[in-house]
Amino acid sequence: MNILTLIVAIPFLAAAGVALTPRREKDLAQTIALLASGATMLLAIALFACFDAGVPGFQSEAHFPFAQALGIWFHFGVDGVNVGLILMGAIVGFAATCVSLGEIKDRQKEFYILLLVMIGGILGSFASLDIFMFFFFHEFALVPTFIMIGVWGRGVDRNYATFKITVYLVVGSMISVFGLIALYLQAPEPRTFNMAELAEIFRDNPIAVDRQNLIFPLLMFGFGILVSLWPFHTWAPLGYGSAPTGTAMMHAGVIKKFGLYGLIRIALPMCPEGAQNWLHVLAFLCLGNILYCGFVAMRQRNLNLLIGNSSVAHMGFVFLGIASLTLIGVTGAVVIMVAHGLLAALTFALSGRLYNQAGTSDMDKMGGYLKQLPFIGTAMVMAMMAGCGLPGFANFVGEAMVFFGAWNAFPGVTVLAVWGALVIGGVYMLRAIRDILHGGENAAHKVELSDAADWRQRAPFALLLATLLLFGFAPRLLTNKIQPAAKAIVDAANGVSVRQVEVARLDGAEVAGTTLENVE
Amino acid sequence: MNAGLTILEIAVVALGLGVLLLDLWTPAEGKRGLGLYAALAVVGILAASFVLDLQGEAFGGMYVLDGMALFFKRLFLFSMAVVLVMSVEVGDQMKSGHAEYYALTLFAGAGMMFAASANSLAMLFVSLELITVTFYILVSAQRSETRALEAGVKYLIIGALSSAVMVYGIALVFGISGELSFAGLAAKSAEHGGSLLFLLGVFFILLGLAFKVASVPFQLWAPDVYQGGLTPTSAFLAVGSKAAGFVLLLRLLFVALPQIAADWATLLAALSGISILYGNLGAIPQRNLKRLLGYSSIAHGGYIMMGVAAVSAAGQGAAIFYLGGYTFTTLAAFAVIAIIAKSAEAEDVSSLAGLHRRSPALAGAMTLALISLTGLPPMAGFLGKFMLLKAVIEAAAENSAYYWLIAAAVFGVIISVYYYFNVIRTIFFAATDDDTEAEPITVSRPLALSLVACVLGMLVLGLYPDAVLSFALSATVAFGAVGG
Repeated sequence: MNILTLIVAIPFLAAAGVALTPRREKDLAQTIALLASGATMLLAIALFACFDAGVPGFQSEAHFPFAQALGIWFHFGVDGVNVGLILMGAIVGFAATCVSLGEIKDRQKEFYILLLVMIGGILGSFASLDIFMFFFFHEFALVPTFIMIGVWGRGVDRNYATFKITVYLVVGSMISVFGLIALYLQAPEPRTFNMAELAEIFRDNPIAVDRQNLIFPLLMFGFGILVSLWPFHTWAPLGYGSAPTGTAMMHAGVIKKFGLYGLIRIALPMCPEGAQNWLHVLAFLCLGNILYCGFVAMRQRNLNLLIGNSSVAHMGFVFLGIASLTLIGVTGAVVIMVAHGLLAALTFALSGRLYNQAGTSDMDKMGGYLKQLPFIGTAMVMAMMAGCGLPGFANFVGEAMVFFGAWNAFPGVTVLAVWGALVIGGVYMLRAIRDILHGGENAAHKVELSDAADWRQRAPFALLLATLLLFGFAPRLLTNKIQPAAKAIVDAANGVSVRQVEVARLDGAEVAGTTLENVE
Repeated sequence: MNAGLTILEIAVVALGLGVLLLDLWTPAEGKRGLGLYAALAVVGILAASFVLDLQGEAFGGMYVLDGMALFFKRLFLFSMAVVLVMSVEVGDQMKSGHAEYYALTLFAGAGMMFAASANSLAMLFVSLELITVTFYILVSAQRSETRALEAGVKYLIIGALSSAVMVYGIALVFGISGELSFAGLAAKSAEHGGSLLFLLGVFFILLGLAFKVASVPFQLWAPDVYQGGLTPTSAFLAVGSKAAGFVLLLRLLFVALPQIAADWATLLAALSGISILYGNLGAIPQRNLKRLLGYSSIAHGGYIMMGVAAVSAAGQGAAIFYLGGYTFTTLAAFAVIAIIAKSAEAEDVSSLAGLHRRSPALAGAMTLALISLTGLPPMAGFLGKFMLLKAVIEAAAENSAYYWLIAAAVFGVIISVYYYFNVIRTIFFAATDDDTEAEPITVSRPLALSLVACVLGMLVLGLYPDAVLSFALSATVAFGAVGG
């Protein structure tokens, strides 16, 4: 078994193991979950460290038959685009397990089964190089989300949130599976579900333009709904606000990236002309995410909803990077995907911890917490700063690259997006810090808070922050790996339109060099 | 003649007669146990179907034994075994007539097995009548319950009506073309394809089959009958009767009348789409589990019809595979309901509350079944729905009416998530009134064994589908070639 197969298999095996534990042994379920997610993370780190950016094509490939009669394989492999995502997913998975240890008090066994299925599912989806399996694993990860919000969720809106998130995400999945099947059927017989082969086939025999113009929007909106593309985003803040902490971390951080990954991996290279015709729509919709959801986040008095909306707003930058269709923009988009995954997990973990201790997420009832919570408070300040794009955190790198990449294609949109990132993001993040951490204690709502005392409680926060800082100060660890794979995708996507984009791409590459130096 | 080919059916019929005979010498308290022996014997016949090398035609081509027939026969034998075990479990809901119930179940099963091999209109009608007439009795087996009698009368009236319509259709087709065999029809259908009466006859036959598969426009009986009948009867109706209808539909359309099937693709797509919407929308407000499954079975009939409506080898393979997964899933769901209904004396969704405390295994089995019905991985339903959707999207390149079908299917899946997950939520999270209800549920060993078999079937078809899939697809190719 190669390392990638293990990364996908361990969470599932552990889930089966937890299912077999007797109900009385509550600690056993926790221990198995913790060990499994920890092992997965270590393997993912090893995979990331051993990844050689100089080798073209996919690495750590593995095949197992699933349905040979249909040509469907368990086919795993990594290139620069998904190796970072797998690392991020495994780290967030471990952190989510750690955070859940203290939070989930009832039906632990069921919770950890679902959490492990979620982790294994989304890692399997990122690792799969087979379109069917890519979708198959995603559904694996998606279903537990609904159940977890319904059972362990919080707040009065829990049932409504479950209902809404289920409907939206199922609609999104159904539209994207429709798009994926339609795409698959465009290849000549004998057909294949293999992504790399499909990409080659469509490069040599492009799909008819009118077909592309139909398939690309299916993928764009199907995946878009899953990523909370404006105006299909309303499920996200509500759902995350009601979800248990571990679930919110996994979904907002990792599972949501499935749609973005699908756009980059499948939609862009296989429907290049459709992309050219539709990406400007995406660019304008992403302004909805950045500006509209930013304004909504500004108005929130509930910390969870604020974070949920800001997470939706951040998705706008990724969309913009994808829409730019430049090497630096797409690379930046992947960097944000990794960075935002870590950041979203961190912020939801922090806000979940506050909610569990203070009994509320209402910021009007908070204040002066930093005195009681030196460690958690500091982590929160750092997270909020990362959220408004402070240099030194990986988010800044990604956002800066996206802005540079998008400038040529969409200058107006970029100006507004920069404004949204710096001003709107700054306003609500700083206000949250002021209301929650600084100032005097709220006399009407005095609560006893306990800081993360020992290393076990600090580990998930420290881990996420450390990774954010690592990629913030040494982004080349990520970008060097992403760049060759992203170049292949962007070239495929730009292959159709001549000279003009070629020039823009070269400009972009030059800018890329300068940005990275500046950052370091 | 070559009657030896019908060895499997002969064995089942002989078994049924044997049960009736044994009943005479069995003391009253031992009669229920007969069902278990019958189930064991059916499993033996199922095993024999893998050992014997069966292939060919019998009775002058009226009866054909090919890959598809074998696939469906095994499906029917498996369902029969599970249904028999279930009926032993719920036996105390019947005051008398246990042995007759088992024998009739076997006769109905034999009818389904004949239907799987039917290769002429006469055979089609006779096998269908064998199924339907036995079900008239099975549905109202609880003679003292007005609910069961009402269900029986409804089934009888709509069943008789649809049989009459169908036999009228057969008469018209035979009158115009002078052919009853599917092969003969295939040769002559081009000649008579323009005749209005011929087409009317075909249309009537299709309506009759729509009754069997509980598809629009003959779907009304399903929820009432499922609710009113004994749980094993409902299960057998949902699985066996539906599959028998589909195997006949597939053979009739693609072997006998390939041209008409292609011409009427839009009509089939419309029947499929309306069934999907009707079943799913109807299931939303249901509180009775069996009624809910009744509506959802209409919807699933619609999904399977998608594969028929696609009029392609891929579509047929998808429909056959889906039926395989659907069989395991539905049997598992009904088996759980049978156990719950026995201990809680109720079949409401709310009677499932707290099930995960009373019996984690049952809760798990039901949850997996519901996930499979919804069409989510890792269960059989996911790959099945994926293949159906693929087949229809493939066909949509030529006929844009299919896009409406796709939209209906997508919409249906979304609705179904709502009501299936509602049941799952009740199982795990609904508050129970008191602790006394938390007493554990015991499951008899044979039923536990059949539940395990069903769950394994769902999982294998969902996670390691290769063997069944290639069987299902090869079953199609053989007859797709005939259908051309």
